[in-house]
Amino acid sequence: MAESIKDKVAIIGAGCSRFGELWDKSYEDLIVDACYEAFEDAGVGPEDIQAGWVGLGTPIAQTGGAVSIPLKLDYKPVTRVENACGTGTEAMRNAAFAVAARVYDLVLVVGMEKLKDTGAGFGAAFNLPVYHPVYEVGFSAPGFYALAATRYFRRYGLTPEQGKRTLARISVKSHHNGARNPRAHLRMEVTEEMVMAAPIIAWPLGLFDCCGVSDGAAAAIICPAEMARSFRDDYILIKGMGVSAGPGQGGIRTDYDYTVWTETEYAGREAFAQAGITDPRRELSMVELHDCFSIAELIAVESLGLCEKGRGHEDVVAGAWDQEGEIPVNLSGGLKSFGHPIGASGCREAYEISTQLQGKAEEPSRQLVNPRMGLCHNQGGVPGKFYCAVAVYGLPE
Amino acid sequence: MIAGIESYGAYIPMYRMTMDILAQVWGSAGRKGEKAVANWDEDSLTMAVEAAIDCLRGVDRESVDGLYLASTSPPYREKQAASIVAKALDLRRDVVTCDVGDSVRGGTLALRAALDAVNAGSAKRFLVVASDCRVPHAHTSFEEQFGDGAAALLVGASDHAAEIEATHTISSEFMDIWRREEDRHVQSWEERFIVEQGYLGHMSEVATELFEKSGLRPGDFARAAYSAWDQRRHREAARRMGFDARSQVEDSLLDSVGNTGTAQAMMVLVSALEKSSAGDRIFFANYGDGADAFAVRVAGQIGEGPERRGVRKHLASKMMLPNYGKYLHYRNLMEWQPVREIPPYTSLPVTWRDRQWTWSMRGHQCRQCGTIQVPVKRICNWCQAKDDFDEVRLSDRKATLFSYSTDTLGTFNPDPPNVLTVVDFEGGGRLLTTMTDRDPDKLQPDMPVELTFRKITEHLQVKNYWWKCRPVRA
Repeated sequence: MAESIKDKVAIIGAGCSRFGELWDKSYEDLIVDACYEAFEDAGVGPEDIQAGWVGLGTPIAQTGGAVSIPLKLDYKPVTRVENACGTGTEAMRNAAFAVAARVYDLVLVVGMEKLKDTGAGFGAAFNLPVYHPVYEVGFSAPGFYALAATRYFRRYGLTPEQGKRTLARISVKSHHNGARNPRAHLRMEVTEEMVMAAPIIAWPLGLFDCCGVSDGAAAAIICPAEMARSFRDDYILIKGMGVSAGPGQGGIRTDYDYTVWTETEYAGREAFAQAGITDPRRELSMVELHDCFSIAELIAVESLGLCEKGRGHEDVVAGAWDQEGEIPVNLSGGLKSFGHPIGASGCREAYEISTQLQGKAEEPSRQLVNPRMGLCHNQGGVPGKFYCAVAVYGLPE
Repeated sequence: MIAGIESYGAYIPMYRMTMDILAQVWGSAGRKGEKAVANWDEDSLTMAVEAAIDCLRGVDRESVDGLYLASTSPPYREKQAASIVAKALDLRRDVVTCDVGDSVRGGTLALRAALDAVNAGSAKRFLVVASDCRVPHAHTSFEEQFGDGAAALLVGASDHAAEIEATHTISSEFMDIWRREEDRHVQSWEERFIVEQGYLGHMSEVATELFEKSGLRPGDFARAAYSAWDQRRHREAARRMGFDARSQVEDSLLDSVGNTGTAQAMMVLVSALEKSSAGDRIFFANYGDGADAFAVRVAGQIGEGPERRGVRKHLASKMMLPNYGKYLHYRNLMEWQPVREIPPYTSLPVTWRDRQWTWSMRGHQCRQCGTIQVPVKRICNWCQAKDDFDEVRLSDRKATLFSYSTDTLGTFNPDPPNVLTVVDFEGGGRLLTTMTDRDPDKLQPDMPVELTFRKITEHLQVKNYWWKCRPVRA
């Protein structure tokens, strides 16, 4: 009989590089920055690590050597995982399974990406790789997500102006959070009018509806829960992990309407069942979710069951997702403002939740009051063809 | 068997360039009129598919025995275009295909060959398509004259829209316009010589001999549809052949479409057929490396069957090119800055393996649950049945735009934005594709769209074709 992952694995150290256009850092530098901070946070050294899982979304490096080479990890087992933008949480999940199985007691998890060496922005470096001579040629990440925005507006009777304004408010909120986060990539406040007036990237999404294309890495040290107290008192427990790899029917089946992230629904249900969560909006203190585009956040909140379908825009207007709101979403700034180095984002979300639960937010105004449990939502692929991972992290009870 | 014309169709690209644009660019005196310019994703092959689809409305495609494709501007110097057109049209495997090239008279020569094949009983239905997208040198009179377009005639032994009463052909070594293997643009000799001795001389010769052979006189024809050099010489040719330019001569389309090369005479014939009723007699002639002339008698089936867009409807449906820069992009006439982007993908094994749903746009219909799906996969997207499908052609189905977005970064597109679309077919099935021939500001979810065969990318010297959607051309 399968058992829940709940309370079996603990995060005892976390690290995160600065995110941004880090012209002076190689991907190896980013690994060193993130991992050594995690080592220090856990009070361990690289020699204590028994195994590693590295998440890397692009082919900038291959194999587990992506981590063992920069850290000189002395011939230890390291596995590279890839689930596109959902890579980081997938690395954490596989490492957690190894620890839960007690194959290893101290494991390093790293998510990393170095995007800004390619000499291109969202349209090119970040464009979906082309694997077919004609099918989906010219389809980009912003273009795919914009298909969902167009249909969401249509379904819920929002004029393009109303729809864009709802999305603009999400971006204003995320930038407000990220502007105060010292490690974030795009650290500036934006106004609703700036977002509305920004150049269109993929109608209806404008520049400020799209996340940063960033360099960055984030790391965690995990161990079996029963060993965690020997490292620290305020360790973080994995409460639940759900994953869904969609069968890719959104572009084929006419019953998919692009206003819901189906894979997110599946992954959320699995994670909540493991964590024993029945009312996520009340039980969760914070949510770090995959807002590569503003519309991604709007629909993800609904698909996670944090808000009724089609009511997201009302939440946005009411400020329910603000730091002071009912359920703070992307307090870090999210992918939007903190940045999105593909393979790093899932681990970066875990880092943000850890630091918040431990009361260690670097900028005091960002610190939540007594948070207990946070959710991280990480998805790769495109609407209609997602891979989604959801993880719930919480303090010991 | 007596071969005649069972059906006809035409295609004119959506975009038109006014002569004013050329006058502005080159500082020359403005001329009246405009010409049709193929979109960047069009060429003679894709326009041939369009004209053939127009011609085959209401015709069982399984019944077509052969396809001749005439063009001086085929996409490949070596590699047959007709076979690709046949696959896009979803014709039978045992269809006879042949490219007829190297002369703007290729269309009428192919027509003669198709008539002979049907008369000989070796084929029941033969499709003849003429299509050209000739790229003239910049800042020449050819740049003003050359337009892009295509026409198609279905030759068969029954249900004639028009019968062929007489034909006459002359072959001539006369050299007027040429293009060497290594050239992109045509060359020509001094205009006075080539028009006087070439165009006018050959047209009057072939017409005179057709009249002698058939016993018909110019006055017996309701219309004269024939290729034109320019407007003045088109009228002069009428005078020399004995037609009244005002009452008999069909508009040359020079001021609305331009000189479409191989397609020109056939487009003018289609235009004439559109206005004709049973019993009308049409003089039809084409010039180039000699001349062909036909006495065409409009028959009872004219106007029967589903309405074709032909010349008339395609002419009325248009968008204006805003400037010469767009034209430079569409015909790729400059050296552009290289772009840093992931290159497109070309794999001939993939293209071959996926031929049923790429070239022929056949989806799968699950035999278990009845749903339609594309691209085709082994396992049903709805009921998970394995390898249990029938193939259904989707390219000619009505469809609506479920959702769209406009990607301004426009990868692989010289005319951004990329309009990404989710297209739902009437009767089931959904397709992710891009939209062409569109005004990005005039899109609405749920608007009607239709599929059109286009060039998607060009990579490793291979042109990758597939189906895009476009707003329905009313």
